[in-house]
Amino acid sequence: MPEPLLRVVDVRKAFGGVRAVDGVSFDLARGEIRALIGPNGAGKSTFFNILAGLLRADDGAVAYRGEEILGLAPHAIWRRGVSRTFQITATFATLSALENVQVARLSHTRRSRALLRPAGGLEVERSLALLAQVGLAEQSGRPAGVLAYGDLKKLELAIALANDPELLLLDEPTAGMAPAERGALMALTASIARERTLTVLFTEHDMDVVFTVAERVMVLHQGRVIAEGAPDTVRADPEVQAVYLGEAAWAT
Amino acid sequence: MRRHRVSATLGTLLLLTALAAPVAAQAPIKIGEINSFSGIGAPFTGPYRQAVEMAVEEVNAKGGVLGRKLEVVFRDDKGQPAEAQKHAQELVASEKVALISGTFLSNVGLAVSDWAKQNRVLFVAAEPLTEALTWAKGHDHVFRVRPNTYEQGRMLAEKAAKLKYTKWAAIGPNYEYGKRAWETFRDRLKELRPEAQTVGEHWPTLGKIEPSQFVTAILGESPDALYVSLFGSDWIAFVREADKRGLFKKMFVVGILLGEPEYIDPLKLEAPEGMLVTGYPWYDLQLPAHKEFVAKFTKRTDKNPVLGSLVGYITYLSIAEAIRKAGSTDTDKLVAAFRGLKVETPIGPISFRASDGQSTMGAWVGTTKLDAKRGVGIMVNYEYIPGDRVLPSDDEVKKMRVGN
Amino acid sequence: MSPSLVLIQLLSGLAHAMVLFLIASGLSLIFGVTRIVNFAHGSFYMLAAYLTYTLAATLPLGAAAFYVAVLLAAASVGLAGLGVEVALLRRVYRAPELYQLLLTFALVLVVADVVKLFWGSENLTGPAAPGLAGSVEIAGQLFPTYDLALIGLGPLVAAGLWWLFYRTRWGVLIRAATQDREMVAVLGVDQARLFTSVFVLGSFLAGLGGALQVPRQALTNVMDASIITEAFVVVVVGGMGSVPGALLAAALIGVIDAFGVLVLPRASLVVPFVVMAVVLIVRPWGLLGRPEVQQRTAGGAIVTAGTVRVPPRWLAAVLAALIAVPPFLPTFHVWVLVEILAFALFAASLHLLMGTGGMVSFGHAASFGLGAYGAALLVTWTKAPMLLAFAAAPLAAAVGAALYGYFCVRLSSIYFAMLTLAFAQIAFAIVHQWYDVTGGDNGLLGIWPAAWLAGPLAYYYLALTACGGGIALLARIGRAPFGLTLRAARDHARRAETVGINIRLHQWTAFVVAGFFGGVAGGTFAFLKGSVFPNLLAVPMSVEPLVMVLLGGVQAPAGAPVGAAIYKLLDTVATRYTEYWQLVLGAILILLVLAFPRGILGVVGDRRA
Repeated sequence: MPEPLLRVVDVRKAFGGVRAVDGVSFDLARGEIRALIGPNGAGKSTFFNILAGLLRADDGAVAYRGEEILGLAPHAIWRRGVSRTFQITATFATLSALENVQVARLSHTRRSRALLRPAGGLEVERSLALLAQVGLAEQSGRPAGVLAYGDLKKLELAIALANDPELLLLDEPTAGMAPAERGALMALTASIARERTLTVLFTEHDMDVVFTVAERVMVLHQGRVIAEGAPDTVRADPEVQAVYLGEAAWAT
Repeated sequence: MRRHRVSATLGTLLLLTALAAPVAAQAPIKIGEINSFSGIGAPFTGPYRQAVEMAVEEVNAKGGVLGRKLEVVFRDDKGQPAEAQKHAQELVASEKVALISGTFLSNVGLAVSDWAKQNRVLFVAAEPLTEALTWAKGHDHVFRVRPNTYEQGRMLAEKAAKLKYTKWAAIGPNYEYGKRAWETFRDRLKELRPEAQTVGEHWPTLGKIEPSQFVTAILGESPDALYVSLFGSDWIAFVREADKRGLFKKMFVVGILLGEPEYIDPLKLEAPEGMLVTGYPWYDLQLPAHKEFVAKFTKRTDKNPVLGSLVGYITYLSIAEAIRKAGSTDTDKLVAAFRGLKVETPIGPISFRASDGQSTMGAWVGTTKLDAKRGVGIMVNYEYIPGDRVLPSDDEVKKMRVGN
Repeated sequence: MSPSLVLIQLLSGLAHAMVLFLIASGLSLIFGVTRIVNFAHGSFYMLAAYLTYTLAATLPLGAAAFYVAVLLAAASVGLAGLGVEVALLRRVYRAPELYQLLLTFALVLVVADVVKLFWGSENLTGPAAPGLAGSVEIAGQLFPTYDLALIGLGPLVAAGLWWLFYRTRWGVLIRAATQDREMVAVLGVDQARLFTSVFVLGSFLAGLGGALQVPRQALTNVMDASIITEAFVVVVVGGMGSVPGALLAAALIGVIDAFGVLVLPRASLVVPFVVMAVVLIVRPWGLLGRPEVQQRTAGGAIVTAGTVRVPPRWLAAVLAALIAVPPFLPTFHVWVLVEILAFALFAASLHLLMGTGGMVSFGHAASFGLGAYGAALLVTWTKAPMLLAFAAAPLAAAVGAALYGYFCVRLSSIYFAMLTLAFAQIAFAIVHQWYDVTGGDNGLLGIWPAAWLAGPLAYYYLALTACGGGIALLARIGRAPFGLTLRAARDHARRAETVGINIRLHQWTAFVVAGFFGGVAGGTFAFLKGSVFPNLLAVPMSVEPLVMVLLGGVQAPAGAPVGAAIYKLLDTVATRYTEYWQLVLGAILILLVLAFPRGILGVVGDRRA
């Protein structure tokens, strides 16, 4: 078996007395699209924030391409090729859609600190291409602050792709979108991922989306992984069913 | 908009009338007056300004000087050196004043003086006290009316040396004036009484004193005597706390300037008695010229004069006299006229020393007492010490001004 | 020192602390709920003191007159607070948050002159408190009865406030609003009324503090300025929005002050600010405050605004005029232009921080002052040629900015602002105290340009090159990847971090760049004036560029120079023509803020949008 792209070993994080992430371990193979699901408060966002360097883990290890990344600053993790989106869209509100992507591109090409060259002409083609890829070409001149919610989600995806990442962490990529849009965005994401052989780990509430896109599914409950496997296997798992009992999303 | 146009028209008319009037064929001689009419010096400059206006009116009533009237152009430095320097530029460049006068705060005085030196403009400093103005930072184009820190410190030291006290503490604002006022006093006292010793020095922030802490600290040092160079609101606050904590009963107090009405009047009957101070007993001076000055000032303003009033009055008498002597408003001639200029003032003749431009105006040294009738503190057993009695000799001055 | 004196010193410190607490708790409340940095809080304090003075002398109530006067004065000031909130502040709640600060600054000016108009500028000594005028003996030492009463009153007021916050519905809302404003809005509470009531209570407390100072201190026209910075220190140390924090911090600062004068007599100026800086570095949200709930959209930046661009042909016209017109102007106008250029660059450098970077500095005077002193010290101590010293100014300021900026960029929003204030005050204190090197408050003199640059036109063109060039460079930096990234970090810190941007390093760089250009401005100013004084680093010098940036429009990079020009011209003209320049300037500023709630160039943006 080849070395996994991401190896997570026994990651733990507690807030006060609450164990938000309680010994999570798994491997993620290169090119895999995996969903991380679980009820509200299962620790998904906390775990994502740990992976991205926004939160410090209490314990554990995370090897990315065989290299420890736990404890690195967010920007350093991003530099290694791990990109992410946020559950609540995070874009630069007063910057145009194009500038949003440009900022990321300039950072990727290590030109963020250039003091005197006008930014207007830099990385424009690549950035516009990324916007076109997510279907935002026509919105490129508008400030992110005035974009529709669905467009913001797309913009985030374009930003996340700006550093030609190998691993994409998507935190609820379709949250807050209309059901029709959800499928389309995830299909787009999946096709981009396959085209670029990206590895994707995403959390999602919409089980339709999960079972359509994910190759493997992992279930987090009270900070621990209680099941992992192909979508159908996980769906049939009695423990998973018990956890999700009564959750509307599961009923679909 | 309309009002603007009306006033512009009026202005033009006035200008035309003025040009046509034969009596005013000669334009007035303008003098630029920069002072702290707002900010930290503001409490003390109002009566100064009133006396300046009075002096200029009197001069003009007698026909002005060189057949021309004097006109004072007032500017507010807000207590900031940079602002004062800007006014100096404007007064000279736009108002075409013959000279600059005024200032209250030492640092403002120094800034204007340095500008005057650079631009070869005459500056007659009225009230700033720092000795650097005429000595360490002195130059040909600056003259000063009021007796400086060094002079007043020495006057007090000479009196204090005759008293029995040897254990001294000091308190003053954290400000050059406050410290130099103490140092000149202390140094002179040590010359006269080598056994005198310092048990504590305290430097609260200027204008922000929280006096109780300092009172306790001074009590803890149990000195025989305390030297105070606080003034204004700091002094008032200090008195109130010190009195309630029995400080004035436990030690003798020497206060520079604290007999001046500026500082003793606001205290009303809370003024401490028995302090050795420099000040201005205007209520008690018997010189006819001074009585006349007091009468005129009181009639004009409904207030009694303060030291600033006297200084303002003398400053403008001196300026008028200098212009008369120079026979011109040319700066070089004015500077030459000010050197050794003798001026008759309400307190007798004074002169401006040729060596350093310091006037020989002196100060009154005496003891404070309450005057129940007027409801304020006054000075008793005072003596007028003319400036020349404590000023350094011309040779010493020359040494201090080396390289200027 | 004997134990009895130590006890007395402790009590003295506490009495002072109680007055501080009253003022700071009001300031803290207002900030906690409305997020208004209320510069006018000191003015309310002063106003109440003067009102007490007059009321106590005129009310025909005998011994009770003083106490009735205290309550009436505090209540009147509370009412004045009501008027200010309803008539002025409420109109600009929708503008970028700092415009309220601009209004309160204008109020400071207006109140100062109103006090001067009614009470004159002489120092006044108010009455003693009847019945409490004497002293009691404690451990063999006399202690003023009135101070003892104050020590009792402080906790009483604190208890009253506690009851208000924990036992009334209003208090629950206030506490909720302090924690999370948006939540309260969501709960359907009438925010306007909540804000008004808090502003009234806060003003009342300031008034009470001022009224109670009357028997202890002298009344002066500048007592507003002397209390406001110390009140901010207490608020920050205690934790913004926390009343118990204000009580604890006031006691702490009071006692540190009291013993500081014994242990480090010469450091009294700097001690409170060192305490504030340490607290901010170690525990930014203060002793008893709570970490702020992260604002939803921005990464803790105060300013979040789009960018308004001015058409290039306007800029070209202005530049052409600046080059061609001065030879035809009267000398003094040329000098005023030089001053405006220096301040335009000074404001533009602050704009890089607060507009582009969303980092509002309350201590930008440090860069101006360090630049000015850097040049002046070089001239004074090494007789360096003028141009060398001129070139050293920005370097000195940049080195200073690098030093304190390292700590400042670790914080965000108001905590960042307060830490910059603390460092600027520390720099001020050093310059003010280090007589042997800096000349203390007597400053450094003789800092004149080289002979060939000393004339008004020659110096003007030097200033135009240095400051105009600086403004152009800053504009370029704003549009470069660096500026774009800085704006990104302002808009969303976490997003910026997760696209590989080292935010602290980036903001630190911005801080140094702003310091550098602030230093150019300071150097230009030093050689214009020929002297430097510690007040170049004092609080008003930090407030001025802030006012200029806001006046011009925080969203517009060109706004800072426009604001600087307007402010300086207004100031110069008002000072020239009236003794009551503060009243005139303040009133005009208020009108401008109400007419242009996003700044003057903000209107250009509105019209286009």
